[in-house]
Amino acid sequence: MNTMTHALRVGLRRGGLEVRHTFTNSQDLWNYLFPTLIFLVVMFFMRDAAVPGTDFSLGTRTLPSLIGMNVVFSGMVTLMMSLALEREDGTLLRAKAVPNGMLGYLVGKIVLVAGMMLVSVAIVMIPSVFMLDGLALDSVTAWLTLVWVMVLGLVATLPLGAVFGSLFTNPRNAGVIMLPVMGLVAISGIFYPISSFPDWLQGVAQVFPVYWLGLGMRSAMLPADLAAVEIGESWRHLEMVGVLGAWTVVGFVVAPWVLRRMARKESGSNVAQRRERAMQRVT
Amino acid sequence: MAVVDEAPARDVRRPEDDLVLDVRDLRMRYGTTDVLTGVNFTARPGEVVALLGPNGAGKTTTIEILEGFRMRSAGEVTVLATDPAHGNENWRARLGVVLQSWRDHGPWKVRELLAHLGDYYLPYSSGRITRPWPVDELIEVVGLTEHADKKIMKLSGGQRRRLDVAIGIVGRPELLFLDEPTAGFDPEARREFHDLVHRLADEQTTILLTTHDLDEAEKLADRILILAGGRIIANGSADELARQLATETEIRWTVDGQRFVHSTVDATGYVRELFRKHDERVADLEVRRGSLEDVYMTLVRQFEAGEHDAAVRDFTEVAR
Repeated sequence: MNTMTHALRVGLRRGGLEVRHTFTNSQDLWNYLFPTLIFLVVMFFMRDAAVPGTDFSLGTRTLPSLIGMNVVFSGMVTLMMSLALEREDGTLLRAKAVPNGMLGYLVGKIVLVAGMMLVSVAIVMIPSVFMLDGLALDSVTAWLTLVWVMVLGLVATLPLGAVFGSLFTNPRNAGVIMLPVMGLVAISGIFYPISSFPDWLQGVAQVFPVYWLGLGMRSAMLPADLAAVEIGESWRHLEMVGVLGAWTVVGFVVAPWVLRRMARKESGSNVAQRRERAMQRVT
Repeated sequence: MAVVDEAPARDVRRPEDDLVLDVRDLRMRYGTTDVLTGVNFTARPGEVVALLGPNGAGKTTTIEILEGFRMRSAGEVTVLATDPAHGNENWRARLGVVLQSWRDHGPWKVRELLAHLGDYYLPYSSGRITRPWPVDELIEVVGLTEHADKKIMKLSGGQRRRLDVAIGIVGRPELLFLDEPTAGFDPEARREFHDLVHRLADEQTTILLTTHDLDEAEKLADRILILAGGRIIANGSADELARQLATETEIRWTVDGQRFVHSTVDATGYVRELFRKHDERVADLEVRRGSLEDVYMTLVRQFEAGEHDAAVRDFTEVAR
């Protein structure tokens, strides 16, 4: 039996179990439902507004953009938070103490992140399909595009989540990363097209994955003529692959190194120290 | 946990048997502080060794270096014939580490987690040992059968610690590390835990445990290593240490109803002299060898007062 592929399989099963666990506790259920509710309300009120220069519903345009944002949040924020938390509580040290446990742990985490993303995409999409008009989801190409953009988005953002999750020793500080992320969302055309923004701001947005995932998801789920209101009047798949690909390459160079460095430092006394610190905060 | 009979005395092994642990001149320095200044010890297969010492003596540092979780500054260390700084997964599979859990794996059920962690060990069975430990059997061994389907976050503190032990031994380790295993146990849980350690020792698992509690070391270990001042200052069975360290003996007696107390190194000679002088007038004779505990407590007290060097010096003088 090859030990690496065995650990890989164990990791896949671990991820499956962890996805199932998210349905059994109220905190995770709330994390699924709360953002979904907000998004549905936002889209509901935007559905009668029109995308500038067209008579297409702004609410309908927002759905794919939000799904794109969700991919970035899953890959980066979910992974980052759970790495930071599970380093503090000793989950990671347990993984380190079993043969090939770190490999299994990481594979499990990727499955968990992807699984949670699919669940939250599904629960936002299903009601939206009934609520919103004009989605172009009736072709195989649309779904294929949706899938490859999603996969590329996860591949590009997971290493970023791993790096940030390893850098923060205190999970409560990891929240500071949310501020710049929310800023990026604001300038990345998730809720409103950015074609009218100043050029430099458009330039900044196009460096980061949020903009490209929103665009990619719109290219999958909206009618082809909506491309006319995007920058360059095109879905720009080539440029999207280029930018996300660049993030992927950088991520896969940096993340393994950062992860290994972080994992090497884990030991029982580190976990005990963090436990004491966390206990002091509670009392 | 099942109550097991007192472990039978293990057969005496010859020094040419392979050593499970071989530590030579181990040194550890954090910044400018020397925590370990040359630790030497060995352990043979099936031995239960307790690393005993006051808090802050470097017990955890030592055990983490042996676990491969911490890089040493200098010295030669061999654990199951491998340098722990370069141990591969094959080597890792032969070790067990009992970690103190806090709140990890909360939504997992006890059986689910043990089965999952056991899965990792599946490709690592060797001729003699089948890995992992069958999950229901393991759960019974640590006394969690009633709680096997409970979520881990619903376990009590004591039940969690049993789970920690179960996780540590799920791969049927040849060498098991236990760092302060009974910290926070009530007396009942402590007794059950001691039974479990004896049971593992019967199965020829080599065990290295750390403790600051002499009583626990005496109950569990075949051999006690006292770590203080960055090195091992005493090494032997509880009896050997008592003989080595407790030099003063207290003698109490009465002559014509009057009480006397005297402390001496040569108790036998003193008593012989006593009888020669007073013969039948000597009554209520008590001869009590100073206990290992007295010597150890003095060491700990001095350590806690910050007199590290004095503590080690006094102690080693007694040992000589």
